Amino acid sequence: MIAAQRPDRRSAKLLTIDADGRMQHLPRAALASLFSPGDLVIANDAATLPASLMGTHCASGQPIEVRFAAWVSVYDPTRFAAIAFGAGDHHTRTEDRIPPPPLSPGDRLELGPLVAIVERLDLPGLFRLRFMGDRTSVLAGIARHGRPIQYAHMPEPLALWDVWTRIAADPIALEAPSAGFALDWHTQTVWRQRGVGFATVTHAAGISSTGDPTLDVLFPFDEPYRIPERTAAAIKHTKSKDGRIVAIGTTVVRALESAAKADGSVRAGDGVASGRITRETPLHVVDAILTGVHQPGDSHFELLRAFANDAVLDRISAAFARHGYRTHEFGDSVLIVRRQRMARHVITTRAR
Amino acid sequence: MQFDMNLRGLRMAVTGGTSGLGLALVRLLVARGTRVAFVARGARAVEQIAHETGACGIVGDVGRKEDIYPIAMQVTGNLGGLDVLINNASSLGPTPLAPLADTECEELELALMVNLFGPFRLTKALFGALAASAREGRGAAVINISSDAAINPYAGWGAYAASKAALHHLTAIWAKEAQGDGVSFLSLDPGDMDTPLHAIAVPDADPRKLKRPEDAAAEILRSLVAALPSQAAGPVAVNP
Repeated sequence: MIAAQRPDRRSAKLLTIDADGRMQHLPRAALASLFSPGDLVIANDAATLPASLMGTHCASGQPIEVRFAAWVSVYDPTRFAAIAFGAGDHHTRTEDRIPPPPLSPGDRLELGPLVAIVERLDLPGLFRLRFMGDRTSVLAGIARHGRPIQYAHMPEPLALWDVWTRIAADPIALEAPSAGFALDWHTQTVWRQRGVGFATVTHAAGISSTGDPTLDVLFPFDEPYRIPERTAAAIKHTKSKDGRIVAIGTTVVRALESAAKADGSVRAGDGVASGRITRETPLHVVDAILTGVHQPGDSHFELLRAFANDAVLDRISAAFARHGYRTHEFGDSVLIVRRQRMARHVITTRAR
Repeated sequence: MQFDMNLRGLRMAVTGGTSGLGLALVRLLVARGTRVAFVARGARAVEQIAHETGACGIVGDVGRKEDIYPIAMQVTGNLGGLDVLINNASSLGPTPLAPLADTECEELELALMVNLFGPFRLTKALFGALAASAREGRGAAVINISSDAAINPYAGWGAYAASKAALHHLTAIWAKEAQGDGVSFLSLDPGDMDTPLHAIAVPDADPRKLKRPEDAAAEILRSLVAALPSQAAGPVAVNP
């Protein structure tokens, strides 16, 4: 498959699979005409932090790249769980990067205008850092010196405007909630006119890869999220009228299913999504997912097994290859309405 | 100053917040219990006004494309979201003012960058946060500071006036487009004020005949309150 190299909102494609496994190839702009009055589309409106900072490991004088891997306490930008690389940049695949100089608690890192202290080592390759200074000055330093986490397949470095979706609001994602690149304001206007609802969650999407297989098996890390009262109310209303809940991206699935109650409604407020969604995970809230084009084995693809069986997913993979769908964060999209058996189960549960 | 509207708890950002109208807005908003972030180019002035008012100061130049997203990130990161954006920072273009035939292309470009592209880019970067505020029922608004030079052709004001005319029209169109998203757009002319910008444009003006920026700021906030839904901000008892 081809890796998309730039955000390309206007020519993207969309593969749709309905509950009976029927496929359709559409331009992604057709998203505006999908779904029915009474359905509710839910997207992740997290904006993305520039979570990669270049600098120096003072003890050794060696260059270091720090990447934020997870929040220690969400909305507190002075402390992060982080990974690091040595000399070099994103043109080298993360798997092949030179390791950072050995880190010890108390080590000082100079990252542009910021100074950070290594607080402790959590796992080999994963450590906690604390920035010196107050929240405002640390945010200013991250904003000015940080760069979005880069991808080796992109010829040009990504700027912050490349990794913010149209709906980006609070900057708490560490990598872009990339399914949201499929959304624009025009699409929302058309949905509104057609009676299709729109709501958001704010989910701190974490990093997708460290390049270290022993760390990557731990993915996804715990991710904090916030579900507004109005979103929870809209879900309840939609479910009561037998409308469908469409999640834009895997982070929305994680947040909603993590906050799910048995009746298919969700708890509003702050929460933390932990663990993976797998083929065994019962879905209480989400009826359909729009996501990017991923390959079997990717954690994003494996999550789809909760929505469709292996035979359907094999056909999807084959269709991606045959029709030249573009992978990665800025590629094409796929919409999967989950198989009927699960849908009936939920309707039965709700009718009780 | 007497002011009869409650803006407590609103999260607001003001560009050009270290002098003139912007500074008057920051002071008035802080006094009204608003959570304010302001933007300006000069690090020292930003630090000083942040210290004086307790508002969150952000160093940045809205005329520079590279500064826009870092500014937006600091606004929402510090305030935890955004309800109101006031695009106030302005450039006169050539100073002293000059006829168009004497205006360098770069001077027109500067006026357009600061007065048109800056508000466009920053509003676009923060539109997600504003729409999120509207979805949660808090209301959201963008105020673009205009000028009567946007409407009336005054000789010597070409670069500034052309940029403000474009901003005025951009605001009117955005107002229509964003209605469904719950974000209000206002283009407001504060009038001729006793500000550093006006002193550069019209050095021999009599300051006593000019509006005080504090009064213009209060008028702007009245227009803002009228544009927001009643649950976002409402009339309260007057505390002179």
